[in-house]
Amino acid sequence: MSDPAETPEAQVPERVPFAQRYALWQRGGGIATPLATALLAFVMGGMVVLATGHNPLQTYRSIFDGSGLNWLFPWVSGAARQTAATDLQETGLLMIPLILTGLAVAFAFRCGLFNIGGQGQYIVGIVTGTQMGVWLGSVPGPVHIFIAIAAATLAGALWGGIAGFLRATVGAHEVISTIMLNWIAIWVGTYLIGFGGPLQDHSQPGVPVSREIAPNAHLHVFWGNPFLQGLDVGFFIALAMLVVYWLIIRRTTLGFEVRAVGFSPEAARTAGIGVARNYFLAMAISGAFAGMAGALDILGWQFRLDVTTIQIASQMAFTGIAVALLGRNTAIGTLLGAVLFAALLNGTSTANLDPNVFPPQLAGNLTRIIQGLVVLFIGADVLVLYVWNLRRKVKLRRQPPAAPAPVAE
Amino acid sequence: MEDPTPVLELRGISKQFPGVLANDDVDFDLRRGEIHALLGENGAGKSTLMNILYGLYRPDAGEIRLRGKPVSFGSARDAIQAGIGMVHQHFMLIPVMTVAENVVLGTEPLHAGVLLDERAAERRVADMARTFRFSVDPSALVEDIGVGQQQRVEIMKALYRNAEILILDEPTAVLTPQEASDLFEILRTLRRKGISIIFISHKLKEVLEIADRITVLRRGRVIESVPAAGATQEALARAMVGRDLLLRVEKGAANPGDPILTVESLHVLDDRELETVHGLSFEVRAGEIVGVAGIDGNGQSELVEAIVGLRRPTEGRILINGQVIARDDPKHLIDAGVGHIPEDRHRRGLVLSFTVAENLSLHEYRRPTESRFGWLWPRRMITRAQKLIRDYDVRGGSPNTPAGSLSGGNQQKVVIAREIESEPDVLVAAQPTRGLDVGAIEYVHRRLVQARDAGKGVLLVSLELDEIRSLSDRVLVLYEGRLVGEYSPEASEEELGLAMTGGTRGEEIPA
Repeated sequence: MSDPAETPEAQVPERVPFAQRYALWQRGGGIATPLATALLAFVMGGMVVLATGHNPLQTYRSIFDGSGLNWLFPWVSGAARQTAATDLQETGLLMIPLILTGLAVAFAFRCGLFNIGGQGQYIVGIVTGTQMGVWLGSVPGPVHIFIAIAAATLAGALWGGIAGFLRATVGAHEVISTIMLNWIAIWVGTYLIGFGGPLQDHSQPGVPVSREIAPNAHLHVFWGNPFLQGLDVGFFIALAMLVVYWLIIRRTTLGFEVRAVGFSPEAARTAGIGVARNYFLAMAISGAFAGMAGALDILGWQFRLDVTTIQIASQMAFTGIAVALLGRNTAIGTLLGAVLFAALLNGTSTANLDPNVFPPQLAGNLTRIIQGLVVLFIGADVLVLYVWNLRRKVKLRRQPPAAPAPVAE
Repeated sequence: MEDPTPVLELRGISKQFPGVLANDDVDFDLRRGEIHALLGENGAGKSTLMNILYGLYRPDAGEIRLRGKPVSFGSARDAIQAGIGMVHQHFMLIPVMTVAENVVLGTEPLHAGVLLDERAAERRVADMARTFRFSVDPSALVEDIGVGQQQRVEIMKALYRNAEILILDEPTAVLTPQEASDLFEILRTLRRKGISIIFISHKLKEVLEIADRITVLRRGRVIESVPAAGATQEALARAMVGRDLLLRVEKGAANPGDPILTVESLHVLDDRELETVHGLSFEVRAGEIVGVAGIDGNGQSELVEAIVGLRRPTEGRILINGQVIARDDPKHLIDAGVGHIPEDRHRRGLVLSFTVAENLSLHEYRRPTESRFGWLWPRRMITRAQKLIRDYDVRGGSPNTPAGSLSGGNQQKVVIAREIESEPDVLVAAQPTRGLDVGAIEYVHRRLVQARDAGKGVLLVSLELDEIRSLSDRVLVLYEGRLVGEYSPEASEEELGLAMTGGTRGEEIPA
């Protein structure tokens, strides 16, 4: 007996809505498309290097060495190995905030929201974490660290939650509100630790920095020199957050609801899922990740907060967007994306890139070029699909009629 | 039909799409002045064939002969020039322009070389309307005339471009029974004037009524090509589906119990804040199917949305099992025992990017069988999905297949499985068979009757009068947001059709 419901309808190229086709395509794209995207970005970045009269392969090679990733090769030995280890520790330190701000973007994406507020959430986290580290000096170390991280995480959650709340209640778009909240965070933070600010270190009124956090709030450095930015246990906390992220998304009812809302708010609402509630929760959880990044940076290696961190360094949260996009909002992808961008950032830094190969002051821009290209190409998935379809249509139209069409008599 | 040489012949047409042979060596011919129906389920290849004829696709093999001469169309423009006109399901008219302007658009009569000669246009269109007995006012704005009339404008557009062959794609899908019979009258007139018509449909009854010959397509192949005289619905259905089908829904007498769903003087606004449901009151009892008949846009969607909690009524109340629902959001209504088969399964019924298992769990995930304290067990989700896929005969996918890649009928089975398995007391089915083929329709109907026999109340809202009549135990007719009467399902199509257009009132419904 043949079931009519199984007629070729399933396979006939139906006119499926574009977004839906895109979602299916993304799901099916797997690892191949992010890899191709990264590769293409590197090739184009290489062309830029070539255009400046340098050797792209050599440049990439020395960026790789500058990131310390060559430490992984057993044949690197002696002084080179020493340098590689220090470089890799720095890369690891950069990975911490990249993983967490990446997750902050990825989680919101899963709910169909675009969290551009990683910077602001990171700033409120780092300010809160700093102050908690400064206070409570008499509390035992582990408790102190826990309180500081928890408070920073909550602060980030609050900051993200504001945007989520606005989206859920009055429908204010999260892209706009998170950008606004970034600026509020930047200037409130600048005020707090800036000249004459309430949280500035009063012992040196000429420098816009916070007081230094209590020594018992320092995170343990497990690799390298604690005074020369060795790698601290915050690295493992960040890795653990990748697992937490995966668990929330895949193993909780909250994650189930968030994904349902992200794919189809209408269907989710019809199924009795509170769309507004999930918008709020997703933004709050996103903010929590970014807030935690701030605490780990301050407790791990910065120890005191300065205005440049708030105004400039916090921009690395935007790299988190590229990390999440390249990682397709998955935990493992976010990890790989963070490795890539941390290595690029560190490998192109003035200290680490061999100036004979490529001037480091240009190399920093190379990272930005590659980052920009990655975002562009990921966004261009849609464009590529569109061009693909267009090409087919044009081809169809170009085929000349085999015989002239007769005119109606 | 006197002229034996066909005006149009399609010979050995084949068209391959990735993964499917949409047309497989199809032969089709059309004689002068005949209505030839092309019958088949969704996905049988009807549209592909017509798109090839209309120049939108090129065939991989085969030839098209027009008046005996082989032709090849590179675009719809070529087809139109060759005298082929197509009326699509969705009209392509400009609402703010008059009938005459729409008809002449693109080939306007001009005076002084550049200006539209409006009077000439209207005169020509009026002439044409008279010749073919269209009864359309050429100077009326398209937005002011009804759907049936708009369809005539589409036909006139084709005729104005000297079409001798007219392709009508599911022309009755948007029409009321009365409008459909008016359309058939026009088609007969056209036939007398020598126009040849290809009539695409999957409705057996109307095909038998209007066509001279019927060609049945199944899975891209021509199954048979027979004269309408002597053909029966049963034989056509078998050819179309490949097996015997129950055309009539088999069901015993209803055994209604206590009221489960009570709607009391309900007022609902639509998206534009206009009131579209004006004080409706009715009840659905356990063990009965109540059908709500009406033409599209008479408040059905808003009514359903209010009952399932997607739209807040401005006045009135809804009781489930005699209890007023305190918070009218979907979750509370689901918990109170309302199941919902939404009219738009792509937008509301399914999360298309979710897997089949996840879609089947859209209510269950928060129940202790699949989660506890917010912790989810995907294994159990999948095990349960495997069972439901078997029980509800969902084909073409495993628990981990994205729901969006299933066929329409199987997607609807997923929705039905989910809703019935969450054991609601009342099931609200909004156009549950829209866009489905005959076999899937039969399945959905059987499930609804089963739900009724299991003691659930079923509220069936449908635009298909046949569906309402064959499934319902009572029929309520909705017209402009009001119930105009209650009918027995045995009431004639004419009687119901009249009520649906606001004609007469049936029995007054006690409030």
